[in-house]
Amino acid sequence: MAQAQTSERQATAAPAIELRGISKAFGPVQANKDISIRVMPGTIHGIIGENGAGKSTLMSILYGFYKADAGEILIGGTPVQIPDSQAAIRAGIGMVFQHFKLVQTFTVLENVVLGAEDGALLRPSLAKARASLQQLARDYELEVDPDAVVEELSVGHQQRVEILKALYRQADILILDEPTGVLTPAEADHLFRILRGLRAQGKTVILITHKLREIMEITDTVSVMRRGEMTATVTTAETSPEQLAELMVGRKVLLHVPKGPANPGAVVLSVEDLRMVDEDGVERLKGISLQIRAGEILGIAGVAGNGQSELLKILGGFGHGTGRITMNGVPVDLTGRSSDGQTSRAQGIAHVPEDRQHLGLIMDFTAWENVAFGYHHAPEYQKNALFMDNAALMAETQAKMERFDVRPPIPTLAAKNFSGGNQQKIVLAREIERNPDLLLVGQPTRGVDIGAIEFIHKQIVALRDAGKAVLLVSVELDEILSLSDRIAVMFDGRIMGERLPSETDERELGLLMAGVA
Amino acid sequence: MTRMPRWADVALIPLLNLVIAFAISGLVILAIGENPWAALKIMVTGALGSSYGWGYTLYYTTSFIFTGLAVAIASHAGLFNIGGEGQATLGGLGVALICLSLPWPHWSLALLAASLGAAAFGAAWAAIPAWLQAKRGSHIVITTIMFNFIALSLLNYLLGNVMRPARSMDPASARFPEGATLPTLNDMAAGLGFVWGKNTPANISLFIALLCCLAVWALIWKTRLGFQIRAFGKSEPAAVYAGINPVRITMYAMLISGGLAGLMAVNNVMGEAERLVLNAVEGAGFIGIAVALMGRNHPFGVLLAALLFGFLYQGGGELALWTTIPRELITVIQALVILFTGALDNMVRAPVERLFARRGAR
Repeated sequence: MAQAQTSERQATAAPAIELRGISKAFGPVQANKDISIRVMPGTIHGIIGENGAGKSTLMSILYGFYKADAGEILIGGTPVQIPDSQAAIRAGIGMVFQHFKLVQTFTVLENVVLGAEDGALLRPSLAKARASLQQLARDYELEVDPDAVVEELSVGHQQRVEILKALYRQADILILDEPTGVLTPAEADHLFRILRGLRAQGKTVILITHKLREIMEITDTVSVMRRGEMTATVTTAETSPEQLAELMVGRKVLLHVPKGPANPGAVVLSVEDLRMVDEDGVERLKGISLQIRAGEILGIAGVAGNGQSELLKILGGFGHGTGRITMNGVPVDLTGRSSDGQTSRAQGIAHVPEDRQHLGLIMDFTAWENVAFGYHHAPEYQKNALFMDNAALMAETQAKMERFDVRPPIPTLAAKNFSGGNQQKIVLAREIERNPDLLLVGQPTRGVDIGAIEFIHKQIVALRDAGKAVLLVSVELDEILSLSDRIAVMFDGRIMGERLPSETDERELGLLMAGVA
Repeated sequence: MTRMPRWADVALIPLLNLVIAFAISGLVILAIGENPWAALKIMVTGALGSSYGWGYTLYYTTSFIFTGLAVAIASHAGLFNIGGEGQATLGGLGVALICLSLPWPHWSLALLAASLGAAAFGAAWAAIPAWLQAKRGSHIVITTIMFNFIALSLLNYLLGNVMRPARSMDPASARFPEGATLPTLNDMAAGLGFVWGKNTPANISLFIALLCCLAVWALIWKTRLGFQIRAFGKSEPAAVYAGINPVRITMYAMLISGGLAGLMAVNNVMGEAERLVLNAVEGAGFIGIAVALMGRNHPFGVLLAALLFGFLYQGGGELALWTTIPRELITVIQALVILFTGALDNMVRAPVERLFARRGAR
């Protein structure tokens, strides 16, 4: 693989940040193995890799959370020690975490100053910060109301506060960990404009992501990590998504699952005027109507938090709503309470929930217990009136693990010890193999490796081809576009419109997702 | 990633915890001017050195198994039942009402009926906090502890005003009829043709306790109800997703828990006192929390932990009898055992895990 071809100008300058031979082991697990990177000042450098490839460990070393076993870190050509995050900040490194570290009840200004106060009295620090925030807002398109309370800000704005915090601490190197996971396409575009602005001002940006499209769109150079090793560093302009995916996974990967045209049959699920009010009295679903036919995939696009979760809950039989839902012509219970919530399963609805770690699986349960989970009433899992047939479940799980390529194929291993992709395969194996008429599937590939994504998408398409109805909820537009036969866009508890994937694009969907009809 | 072998997890670490707890207890005994080695000898011979000692140790163990199992099963449902004290008190009431109701012809019939009564009363006492938790969200820790006091007051009233025989000045029920006298382990040994101590309170209910261990183990890991209880205890939202009814599981788990705590009364009220007295439970309900904690909510762990606490109880009594070491010190030793096996478990666990990780890496 060709090494990064740096330009003349960059070659003469010292790298903004350089890692030489960084290694880190946790017990017998080698999380980072002899990692070397050079990132030139004024560039955006991407780091891409699957879950568990060692990206987070590497960044934690850079930010002083872990100490490397071997290797050295150079900032602007000078070796530095980073024993803690304070040292990282002093060295000019700023970090924007995937999960923001903001005090929700503080104002933007207070959050920015927190930990960087000049003295015992707050007032002068706040005044100074206010002035410098105004400056930063002008320079980088980072407008945020300094007096707004953080919990009232949108996710995109909260992220800007994190960036402002780093810049206020004079960061020259900004590390962003999966920054677009929570953003709308428009917010992501704005973030990229900010990052380009930072690059223009000579700042160095390191972008950690698993989204190939972002790497291609914004980075200058990209490093690929696989199993703790840096497999390649390439110039973005000279590579392709397919090549990067292959470098990440170690084999050729289909980024788009091939699928033929749909053969829609009879209406399986019909939803009319579904409404739902949550515990706080907020109306989360404001009259949803939709139909799904046998043999088609209906994709629900939308920014997280616009009612998709509530829709899935009610269809899955454990949410309370009003309206009319029929499944194969039979009314579905909307109280979310009838007969232990087992009715939806009995009506042929299988559900792969959005949040597999809190809903779909019990993380402390073994794989075989999780295979029984939700279907623990099934007659074939009972030995007699008294006991469950644990041995049969174990064998069933073993077979499922082989069919769904779950690794490691050990039924007695606890769910928490599997990677995200393998956890999702366990849920999918459980739900799909019940041969449901309707599969509800939420965020099927969130936190799932590229290699597993391909497998999961194939399973969903295969289910459709077997004449089943599929309701797919995803915040990943790519996923919606490549899998769906029809796309409905949700915003603020309503369906903003339905489109055919062949007749729409990300821009139009993005507008619908933002509520612009 | 190599993990710690199972034997180290279930045996080595509790053992190390115990050794540390005893070592510190030894220092305390040294500090008050007694010989810790001699004290240990008195405890061991007093509790385990004779059939007399065993007769008491096993009597305490029986009570602790019941209350330990009660706490353990509630824990599996994610519920912290600290109302074992009150549930066992009410269990005693159930035993007394049943034993006094009939001139029982044979102890076996009385035992069967009294067990059912004890379990039913204990379960009923747990049902109210359970219902309040399931339906109203009233925290079960608060309500169960309140119900301990209510149980005590209730018993106080009943023994003082209703159940006290005429002309008795003692707040206690009448003596149970002859036919309700349970065979002690001494009697049972004699029945089998050999002599094993005499006049000790350990009785046939020990075997009920052992059966309960087995039953709880099967319930938790082999039945659908146990599956649902464990799922609910690990994650309520996931349980709801899987169609598990939280109200129902909370009720079931607490009914079983209260029933087990109530069963303790068969041991202390029917097997030992043979009448209902005030404060018959003597803190066994709370000891059950420590027993379940140390036994890691596993029925067989509970059995071993109950044996340990039975030993501490009996050995501690002997210690107070033969030395100037005050009885309160036994509470200190118990507290140290709880502290090291429960709260400070990680202190020992982390280094041992590192040790095994290092060995595995090599």
